[in-house]
Amino acid sequence: MTATGTFLPKPGAAPLPRMIRAQAALETRMLLRNGEQLLLTVVIPSLLLVLFSTVDIVDTGADGRAVDFLAPGVLALAVLSTAFTGQAIATGFERRYGVLKRLAVSPLPRWGLMTAKTCAVLVTEVLQIALLTAIALALGWSPHGDPLSVALLLILGTAAFSGLGLLMAGTLKAEATLAAANLVFLLLLVAGGVIVSLDKFPGGVRGVLELLPISALSGGLRDVLQDGAGVPWRDLAILAVWAVLGLGAAARLFRWE
Amino acid sequence: MREEPAVDIVGLVKRYGPKTAVDGLDLSVDRGTVTAVLGPNGAGKTTTVETCEGYRRPDAGTVRIFGLDPVADAPALRPRVGVMLQSGGVYSGARAEEMLRHTASLHAHPVDVGLLIERLGLGSCGRTSYRRLSGGQQQRLALAMAVVGRPELVFLDEPTAGLDPQARRATWDLVRDLRGDGVTVVLTTHYMDEAEQLADDVAIIDGGKVIAQGSPEELCRGGAENTLRFTGRPALDLASLLKALPADSTAAELTPGSYRVTGKVNPQLLATVTSWCAQNGVMPDRISVERHTLEDVFLELTGKELRA
Repeated sequence: MTATGTFLPKPGAAPLPRMIRAQAALETRMLLRNGEQLLLTVVIPSLLLVLFSTVDIVDTGADGRAVDFLAPGVLALAVLSTAFTGQAIATGFERRYGVLKRLAVSPLPRWGLMTAKTCAVLVTEVLQIALLTAIALALGWSPHGDPLSVALLLILGTAAFSGLGLLMAGTLKAEATLAAANLVFLLLLVAGGVIVSLDKFPGGVRGVLELLPISALSGGLRDVLQDGAGVPWRDLAILAVWAVLGLGAAARLFRWE
Repeated sequence: MREEPAVDIVGLVKRYGPKTAVDGLDLSVDRGTVTAVLGPNGAGKTTTVETCEGYRRPDAGTVRIFGLDPVADAPALRPRVGVMLQSGGVYSGARAEEMLRHTASLHAHPVDVGLLIERLGLGSCGRTSYRRLSGGQQQRLALAMAVVGRPELVFLDEPTAGLDPQARRATWDLVRDLRGDGVTVVLTTHYMDEAEQLADDVAIIDGGKVIAQGSPEELCRGGAENTLRFTGRPALDLASLLKALPADSTAAELTPGSYRVTGKVNPQLLATVTSWCAQNGVMPDRISVERHTLEDVFLELTGKELRA
């Protein structure tokens, strides 16, 4: 039995900003290091953008160039892939492997963890958007509109998808979350106005699809970036409702273990 | 005023549906001690520890950590209490050293991470991601994460389960150092030798209750008598030996030249026997002491049959 002094008790939490910064950095590294996540968040959106802009497979509806139609949709897809699919899968497995359980007894408060997760999602999105914008510009994209409207759409879209992703991760088993999150990604990719214009769907179906958060995000971004429209209030309102519902339900129903 | 105990559990009851996991458990842990919570699978060890960690609310009874409520006072307690879960707790893609550095960064005065990595033999796998670590390396990382924040109290849930002998020893040395520096340690274990080696106090739990508690020596003394054996020349006069021994002892020649003494086997008794041998010109060959191990006591108390 030796008194080495190494473990002499001196407990204390690190200052909150430092804890949140450290947690956000770790969460971001985990997101960017995961191969499957990168496939979803970087590879698929980039491929879709390049492929459908250069090869005339999907009728992108409007006159004008395909990239002007596709770029806003792919930006919406990037938000979906990170805030919803990626976050749901990662959080589901963190829950399954006791990461959330262990963090719950660390000095980092729960809201600090959620703040850090949000920061990690936002940082990833900024990287995605920078990359996709660069690709789109290289393909001849000429965006219009008010950057503030774009930012508002992206932020509300992130909030809406985060709420839904966390709701799924906090209530389903990790494997079920993995399967469901990928399925939802695929369905929304096809039916959310990302690469296929909602005009292609029959009227009644379209009316329902337009209420989806992905449709509101892709539609809103397209109105602003392609057509230079003003603030897309209707789409922002749809996203806000989803955000309130999703985050509210997640806060109530999320099980940490 | 007497210092609050580190852990004070009174009448703890915890049910999961129809099953009662903990059934009126009392346990008090003094500061600066190592307490081993011993019990068969399903005895209620982990539930008890997780209630202390604030994961579960008692259905009845009270749990206090440094006099505070583990759930209501969680923000105040979290930096003071280190936790090692039975498994998991780390991002599967995180590297061992990265995760430990991260945990350290959540604390104000962490232990030097490099030192801890060296102490626990994690140097060779510092850059290995968690999912590629061996079970033993994962255990040691979890242990390091529990102590890196310089806590006053640590809960270690089966810290050496599945470890190889070297890693086990490294863990034991660390627990001894924690105690040496005044950290209170509560650990659960299946291993009797671990409790015997490390613990100041052992609590044996079965059926959700503490069925025996005391120092390893006290517990071992509590059971049946211990035995001393030696061989010498046949037909020694045992009457004079019995006169020298304490009243509750026995002495017998089992087979010619093979002797057995029973009673409270302690250094005095051993000295009495050997000096009696010296007086009688007997060389007590193969003198041996059979003391009850904690394992004997444990099996006696919890029964020998295997449980589901």
